[in-house]
Order: sequence, then C-alpha cells, then structure tokens
Amino acid sequence: MEEPNLNYINELAGDDNDFRAVLIGVIKNELPAEINEYRGNLEAHNFNAAADNVHKLKHKISVMGMEQSYYLAEKFENNLKESSTLLQAEFGQLLMAMQGFAASL
Amino acid sequence: MNCIIIDDEAMARAIITQMISKDPDLKLAQEFSNAIPAIKFLNQDSAGADLIFLDIHMPDFTGFDFIQTIKNPPAVILITSDKNFATDAFEYDCIVDYIVKPITEDRFLKAVRKAKAHRVPEPAGAYAAPVAAPVAAAPLQDQPKDTATEFYVNIDRRLIKIDIASVNVVEAKGDYIHIKTEQKNYIVHSTLKKIEEKLPDSLFLKVHRTYIINTKKIIDIEDNSVLIGKDVIPVSRANRPELIKRLNML
Repeated sequence: MEEPNLNYINELAGDDNDFRAVLIGVIKNELPAEINEYRGNLEAHNFNAAADNVHKLKHKISVMGMEQSYYLAEKFENNLKESSTLLQAEFGQLLMAMQGFAASL
Repeated sequence: MNCIIIDDEAMARAIITQMISKDPDLKLAQEFSNAIPAIKFLNQDSAGADLIFLDIHMPDFTGFDFIQTIKNPPAVILITSDKNFATDAFEYDCIVDYIVKPITEDRFLKAVRKAKAHRVPEPAGAYAAPVAAPVAAAPLQDQPKDTATEFYVNIDRRLIKIDIASVNVVEAKGDYIHIKTEQKNYIVHSTLKKIEEKLPDSLFLKVHRTYIINTKKIIDIEDNSVLIGKDVIPVSRANRPELIKRLNML
C-alpha cells in the first residue's frame, strides 16, 4: 500500500516553514474528526453521509501524496452512494495509515 | 481583484489563501466555510467580489446552488475533488475555470489568468454591482394555501416560481430560509413562519423549530428524525405526535 508523505506539502510550501506548519496543523486537527464522523455514519448505515465524508477525505489523501489511494477512495465513495460497502476494508487500512502518519508529524 | 473563498475544507482554504497572497493583483476579502454567509456578504458589502474560489461539494448548499442564487455572479473558479461536474460547470458563463484538487501553483495561476481576462472593464464613472440588491422574500399572492400549486420567491430581483409539490424541506437559517426542492435549493431572505403560511397543511408539517417538511417525501422515520432525500431531519418531541397522526399506518 502507498505510504502517506509530505511531498505535496513540501512542494507547495517551498521555504515557507510557517505555511508548512499551517497545513500540517490542519491535517492534525481535521483528520481525526473527519475519520470519526465517517466511521459513525458507516456504523449507522448512513451511506450517503459516509460517501460525503469519503469525498472530503479524498482531498486529504491527495494532500498526503497518495495518488493511487485517491482512486480507491473515489471508487469507495461511488460504492457508498449505491449503498455498497465494497472496498470498506481497503479504505479502512488507508485511514489507519493516514492516522498513524498524522500522529507522527 | 477582490476575492472570496467558499470551501468547507480548512485545508483548501489555507492553500488558496496562500496562493492568493502571492499575486499582488489579488486581495482576499473574506473566506467562508459555507455558502450562506457568503451570500450575505455579497449582498451587504458594496465592494463585493470580483472573483470567487468556490467548492462544489459542500453540505446543505452546493456551489451550483450558490451560483444560481446570486444574480450577475462575478468570475468563479471552481475548486473541487470531483471531476464529474466539468460539463455542468461550463453551462455557467461566470465559471472561468475548473480546478481538481489538489491544487498546484501552476494550475492556480493559469485559472487566475483566465479570470483576469474574463473581467470586463467598467466604463468610467459607472458602477456595476457585482451582485444584486439584498435578497428579499417576494410578497406571495393571496391564494388559498390549500389550493395553491406554486409560489414565487424574490431572489436578487428575480421572481422564481417554485412548484409546491417539489419542495422537500424548508430550513430556517438565521435571517434566511433554505428551500430544498427535488431539483434545486434556494436561499431566501424570509422566515419559516411566513412560508408556513403559504404551504398547504395537507402536505407540509413543521416538525422542528427550524424545519418544515413535505410529509409526502418522507422515506423513513427513525426515533426522532425523518429521512427526506439525503437529509436527516430532526423531529422535536412536541411535533412527533402530529407527524405520527398523519401517517397512513398499516
């Protein structure tokens, strides 16, 4: 599986360490809440709401440099819109990797 | 160019803000995490905005709903994680570009160049408001509410007809009401009480302090909420008995 990284953030921020810190701060603040909301909606079988959560998480996935995983999220989002949880396990692993990475920043 | 950002993601707003700050021709007037306060801002601030960085996929009110709500929108650059709306986007003259997240600096600059080229110079001495006058609720015609089939709302000096049967939900949001229909959503400067007076009792019920629902559009009811379309609407304890009474129970 792809590993989260800071390539995109580093490229965007260049020498601007303050801006880099802002972006990392947003990831650390927002990601846990977004993942919790997604899990809550999935557990409650609110599939459309969970699809919205995945949609929002897609941007974090791309910001964390995981281009291939973005497509996995896109497919999973479409599955959820059809009330299917196919790819849930793979997406769950992706979220775990992102959470671990965010916690290490 | 005065700019505003409307995006529910803090990450996107931070990135766009940074990119705006690097272009001396751009000035960030305000950023918003949802479209409704942005509509208020555009209606109240005479400086308005020349350019809007707009997300499409936001809760309650999409970027397209926003564009349809304001008259004479300024240049809009859509910034979204969704590639599927590109065709829809170019139905709107105001949309000058469509950027798929994650945003890169090159792509941002290209979009801004298009926005600058899109801007029509104003004739000397003339002031063209970038958005129209404040949104106001139209006086609805005095038609008996139980026989009325449509009503009109005044949005930016346009009277827009809304088919009553197509209304799913009306939600109070501060000084505005959010009318959600099967096809479109509308933000109107009015109150829940005023619209309640215009909606037939046979179809509509106030289920919560801030919600009126079309009872024919209920998909299911669970505990203290109803599902209508994709929206889960809270039902207050006081209004629940009347809702249950309306149901054709087996």
